[in-house]
Amino acid sequence: MSTATDTSKRSFRLPKITFATVGSNGMLIIYAIIVLLPLFIVVTNTMRPTREIYKEPVALPETINFDSYVIAWNEADFSRYFVNSLVITVASVVLGTSVSALAAYILGRYNFPGGRFLSAFFVAGLTLPFRLAIVPLFLLLNSLGLIDNRIGLILVYAATGIPFSVFILASFFRQLPQELTEAARIDGAQEFTIFGRVMLPLVRPALATVAVFQFVPLWNDFFFPLVLLRSTDKWTLPVGMTRFFGEFQTDWSTLFAGLVITTLPLIILFLSATEQIITGLTAGIRK
Amino acid sequence: MTALPSANPNTKRRRTWRKNAMMPSVPTIALFVLPALILYTVFMVYPLVQALIFSTFEFNGLVRGDFVGLHNFQELFTRYPLNEQLPRAFGHNVAFFIGTMTIQTSLGLLFARLLHRPRFGKRFFRTVFTMPYLISPIVVGYLWRLMLNPLFGPVNNTLRDVGLGDLAKPWLGDPATALPTVILVNAWMWVGFPMLLFGAGLAGIEDDLREAARIDGASDWRIFRHIELPLLTPVIGIVTVLTFIGNFNAFGIVWSLAGADGPPAGATDVLGLVFYRTAFAGGPDAFGLASALAVLMFLFIFTVSVGVQTWFRRLEDKLQ
Repeated sequence: MSTATDTSKRSFRLPKITFATVGSNGMLIIYAIIVLLPLFIVVTNTMRPTREIYKEPVALPETINFDSYVIAWNEADFSRYFVNSLVITVASVVLGTSVSALAAYILGRYNFPGGRFLSAFFVAGLTLPFRLAIVPLFLLLNSLGLIDNRIGLILVYAATGIPFSVFILASFFRQLPQELTEAARIDGAQEFTIFGRVMLPLVRPALATVAVFQFVPLWNDFFFPLVLLRSTDKWTLPVGMTRFFGEFQTDWSTLFAGLVITTLPLIILFLSATEQIITGLTAGIRK
Repeated sequence: MTALPSANPNTKRRRTWRKNAMMPSVPTIALFVLPALILYTVFMVYPLVQALIFSTFEFNGLVRGDFVGLHNFQELFTRYPLNEQLPRAFGHNVAFFIGTMTIQTSLGLLFARLLHRPRFGKRFFRTVFTMPYLISPIVVGYLWRLMLNPLFGPVNNTLRDVGLGDLAKPWLGDPATALPTVILVNAWMWVGFPMLLFGAGLAGIEDDLREAARIDGASDWRIFRHIELPLLTPVIGIVTVLTFIGNFNAFGIVWSLAGADGPPAGATDVLGLVFYRTAFAGGPDAFGLASALAVLMFLFIFTVSVGVQTWFRRLEDKLQ
């Protein structure tokens, strides 16, 4: 644990307690409170009845009960939104990562005519404000019969993940030593076997980064399901949230529970994959 | 939302060995590349190109009609209420960007600097400050809508409890405070992002430079101002461009915090909302108009992004 070593180092040479150290620690602590306090209020209020929240918005729950979660899950359709979000997000991430890994392998390992152009073509998608293409996309999906269809949304989502995934994975494939491929080829392995058996396992950390990094914005996306899905039984959590806030507007306890249900998977993912997320966010700066 | 690609310094060396590598056959290459290429081209590139074409056509519902030249563009600036909503929303986006740059970016830089050295609780602070960025903008918006509720919201309630009752006000209901509130909530959500980018930038600066300056008797502030800040110029450029693109695409957070029409009285209306309403809550010719608006927004975002990047690159050259 890095925290433990930090502390032990501290005890060897105590830092001078100056105005600057007090000030900087103070700022960090105050901002941490600004971030955590609203989240804390949300979680504690899920366990308090609404009329108590109205009386005193910030207070600890007197009893622990999870009724608000049950109401949100059953009566406010969160069970359905949650499953939709999970299926759509996971399917999109799997599809997007798979096709990206295949393309990135060839683009990263071989220098064939047109390869550089293809890489640039994929990477160009990183900078495009894709939402502005919603009207043609809507008409395209409409002509394919994929409006109000979860598969349509999955195809679109998988496509949006490709530029970033190809960019990251290709740079990882490029760094793998050439000898590995040669050894496998001498053993008579086909290209696909070399890819699947030799190379893919070696870029597993990059695959994790790419997958986590697609998961977060897709799970959170509001715009595409709002436009592309009509029936409420296909809605994902962010769109379902708008209906929920209209229907349950006076039931604050349940509203807070809905916020927690939508966010919990991401918090768990973040705490278990902090490094992958930070690598993804700073890709291109750290070399 | 992701950082821009940077040149790989090792490509040159590697290209030589790849020449000798056994090249797979064309069908094999196609098999590997085509799934991604088709998906990406059909669902991303093709619609973007089509938006350009659609902007010059008249639409009747879902049916494309005649070529009308720049008529859709003209309509954007003459037809009521678009002619009033568009410039107002544009102004809000500019304010949104300036507000975000001053608050979010300076806080991000400050925190990155404070967390640069190994210190107690570094991981904790970094994790906590990045966390809100992962929450859906929709959730962040609704969360703060409840927090800022004029009657039962914890914010006003706390202000009253500590004797600052005069400050308790309908933050999102008053046209004067609504947009600044949206900007602050957005900054609350995003501050970890510039912090991480600046952190990575600071980690890339060699410690020898700092040590040399310190031996010469430079203070922490002077090291920051004259060594670190100039070397961070490229990162500041990336942060500026990404913040700009993000702000001009703002949609979900305004929708959930204020509403689809940018209430009160359009005080929080932004281009993202205007674009959505034009496309999906407009008249029969909505799709042509929305495509024209998409083209204008794309051109604007693209031109400014390239301009800002060029300006920062020049600044970088001047500083070195």
